[in-house]
Amino acid sequence: MQMPQPDQSVINRRETLAAGLTRIVGAQWVIVDEAERRPYQCDGITAYMAMPLLVVLPGSTDELRQVLRFCHDNAVKVVPRGSGTSLSGGALPLEDGVLLVTSRLCEILSIDRENRVARVQPGVPNIKISEAVHHLGLCYMPDPSSQLISTIGGNVAENSGGVHCLKYGVTANHILGIEAVLITGEVIRLGGAFLGGAEGELDLMGVLTGSEGLLAVVTEIAVRLEPLPEVARVISMSFPSVEKACECVGAIIGAGIIPAGLEFMDRKVLDAVAALIRESFDSRTEALLLCELDGTAVEVDALVQVVNDVARSQGAIETKVSTTQEERERIWSSRKLAFSAIGKLCPDYYCTDGTIPRNKLPEVLNKMAQLSEQYGLDYANCFHAGDGNLHPIIMYDAAKPGDLEKAEAFGADVLIACVDAGGVLSGEHGVGVEKRDLMTHQFSEIDLQQQQMVKCAFDPGELLNPGKVFPTTCRCAEFGRMHVHKGNLRFADIPRF
Amino acid sequence: MLSHIPQAAQDADPNISLAKDIIGTCVHCGVCLSRCPTYAVRHEENDSPRGRIFLIKSMYEKGGAPDDKTVEHLDRCLTCLACEAICPSGVEYSKLIAHGREYVERHYRRPLAERVIRGLLVNLLPRPGLFRAALAAGKVARPVRGLFSGTLRAMLDMVPTSPLPHPSPVDRPQVFKAEGQGAGTRRKRVALLNGCVQTVLDTAINEATIRLLQRHGVEVVVARGSGCCGAPAEHMGDEDRALPLVKANIDAWLREADGPDGLDAIIINTSGCGTSVKAYGHALRLDGQWAQKAARVSAMARDISEFMAEIGLNVPKNPHNLRVVYHSACSMQHGQRIVNQPKDLLRAAGFTVLDVPEGYLCCGSAGTYNLLQPEIATTLKERKLRNIRSVKAQVAASGNIGCMTQLAGAVGIPFVHTVELLDWATGGPEPAALAGQALALE
Repeated sequence: MQMPQPDQSVINRRETLAAGLTRIVGAQWVIVDEAERRPYQCDGITAYMAMPLLVVLPGSTDELRQVLRFCHDNAVKVVPRGSGTSLSGGALPLEDGVLLVTSRLCEILSIDRENRVARVQPGVPNIKISEAVHHLGLCYMPDPSSQLISTIGGNVAENSGGVHCLKYGVTANHILGIEAVLITGEVIRLGGAFLGGAEGELDLMGVLTGSEGLLAVVTEIAVRLEPLPEVARVISMSFPSVEKACECVGAIIGAGIIPAGLEFMDRKVLDAVAALIRESFDSRTEALLLCELDGTAVEVDALVQVVNDVARSQGAIETKVSTTQEERERIWSSRKLAFSAIGKLCPDYYCTDGTIPRNKLPEVLNKMAQLSEQYGLDYANCFHAGDGNLHPIIMYDAAKPGDLEKAEAFGADVLIACVDAGGVLSGEHGVGVEKRDLMTHQFSEIDLQQQQMVKCAFDPGELLNPGKVFPTTCRCAEFGRMHVHKGNLRFADIPRF
Repeated sequence: MLSHIPQAAQDADPNISLAKDIIGTCVHCGVCLSRCPTYAVRHEENDSPRGRIFLIKSMYEKGGAPDDKTVEHLDRCLTCLACEAICPSGVEYSKLIAHGREYVERHYRRPLAERVIRGLLVNLLPRPGLFRAALAAGKVARPVRGLFSGTLRAMLDMVPTSPLPHPSPVDRPQVFKAEGQGAGTRRKRVALLNGCVQTVLDTAINEATIRLLQRHGVEVVVARGSGCCGAPAEHMGDEDRALPLVKANIDAWLREADGPDGLDAIIINTSGCGTSVKAYGHALRLDGQWAQKAARVSAMARDISEFMAEIGLNVPKNPHNLRVVYHSACSMQHGQRIVNQPKDLLRAAGFTVLDVPEGYLCCGSAGTYNLLQPEIATTLKERKLRNIRSVKAQVAASGNIGCMTQLAGAVGIPFVHTVELLDWATGGPEPAALAGQALALE
């Protein structure tokens, strides 16, 4: 994996730049010392590491704004980072770039019960929003597995999904307004803090959501709150084969049900999470489906019955329905901690994130088994089956020479298989550096160019998170589009409407 | 996570080799950050478990003396082990940080003032006589504590304003017979670790523990030669001072265990010490002469709440329907993973039990942490006090003297040890902290 060549002249200016940034945020929050920069070398993927030029942790939106302006004026690259949980290397630092960490901006600014909106700062961990509004009978629906610590700002940047996005939608469906700072330090506000607040404007909020830190840094988010479902129960169904489980996924959706979540775990994942879930599984189980149904009590009872019947007719060995809220939470927490629990099975793993049409599940899963044999690497599967979002976990040992390269090639082949099956490279982890070089497989040149022009409109100097998402530089200078700099239009004499 | 620790360093020190294996189990997912008190205060990776794992990895990779910043961040860890309890990959952080600290103490020269203060704590705390004298001296100096800052100020602030209890007769080596009529009433025979600081600051805890056990048909022995568990020195990475204390306890308890009457368990009523005793087996695993003995002691160690849950609580004689907020010490819930037993016992004794919001967060006491890192400790203390007050309980209970000392003065309601309530409910005297108030509360 190649990153842009670091600019030595910027690295040489480290001390001077640190002094400038210290004037903005204070010495305590500019990390210059080499020992202290090391823990920031990677995010959720340890296979890719780079020493950041400096790490800066602003304590307010205003400080963040000044930091960006300072970097812009000094032509220094900036990599935004929340809690560092990205699984695509989205927060991988640059040796000649400032790592801008939003973790100190972690206040819930307001909770509006009537309009069901909360205004939060970007460094608030996802789950803290739901915790803060639980007493009002509300919650924030998108629930990526990393929700205990992944920040809402990072969720916006990656357009994160989660177990419950099958029924309720992803991050983009749950934000009503955002405030973001451009690389110039200028602040833009999009949408509002109420439903419909984004009507009548170009959907730039949609553009920023999932833009992986390439366009602007989000400093405030107005999120939609949803009523907590009256009842939620999870039915776990064990199957003697992966195929049978996959067919059951299609059958459940085919029966006209949209479950709140529909998750797949294979035998290896089950063994890894057995201790967390505190349950034993039938020894014949090769795959488990977890299906959550929520709504009113009557509704849920009826749906549980239908799903149970479907599972039986699809060859389930056994089905179990959660009886208490505690049991339900335990099952989900085991699913959410599954990736990390794989750490018990192997020294290193690489988890990727293709999405395919549901009916292609058996085909692509077979391909995966075949690739595993070809590369001689073990893998486990744990994914959002309902929306065809695959998360193959490839196990390797970074200490073995050549193992990482094999794992990368295996992962790339899986993603290519996803695209070839009519799917896409990423479901929710983002492209980052991990899938960057495969973008040309999914997109034509003009597709990519059009996306890059959007990048140039926001960040013509290509200072924000360069080297991510796009396999080439965006050549913004060549596009030479008209842009506003510090309020001064270039070519001011051109007639305008 | 892959590390590049030189093979020679691993060969020279088995603890470094162990560290490499532990680091290998971390997948850098970041879940631990969500439970880390210092991260909750600082929001900075270097003050998170994941960051400290990285710092320790770099320290061993580089070898030689660790740098100031690495030491600063390792010092800031409370060793609350909330990270280890939530870690889905099973990273044994407790061992990593303990050996990391030993490495720091061997290879890093602290500034003079720090050396003096650490030396003072390591020497004072395990010796009740000296500790008592120091508290008396501290009391004299307390009025002028405004002249001091940092650790010294924190130490003076901690000096109790009320008179210290007299040394309790129960804390001398002796045997307490099980209650009940006739022969064969003894259900179990246990040794009690009466501890060091606890015998000076709050003698009622051991007294209540002994009464409670006796009442339940258990013979209790305070073994001659047992004393401080070694945790204060161990927390500061001072293995040389910790191990003699550890070995003295092992000898004292095994003498009882191998005596004519035997021993069913070693009871600890301070969860901080419990975590430490349960780790004796690991601490001495490489010492051929002591490994087996240490492992035996660790296997016999039980928190009083664990033990009482095993033998079952008598039907309460005086049920009191008080609203009790239970503060679970980190060493209890994370270190020993004892979560439900104390609450179940309190409920069985007739109390209404309430949980503390953000209960996983440390109160900042953490052994000697509140003295060495007063700033973070105070922030955590205030947060814990807010959380405890928010549930509007009548009494607070905990199973660790450290937390009680940290919180009791400021929480606004009586703060007692769990065993004091269990003792009271099953026929013992009303806890002194509640004296006269209980009836009004009910």
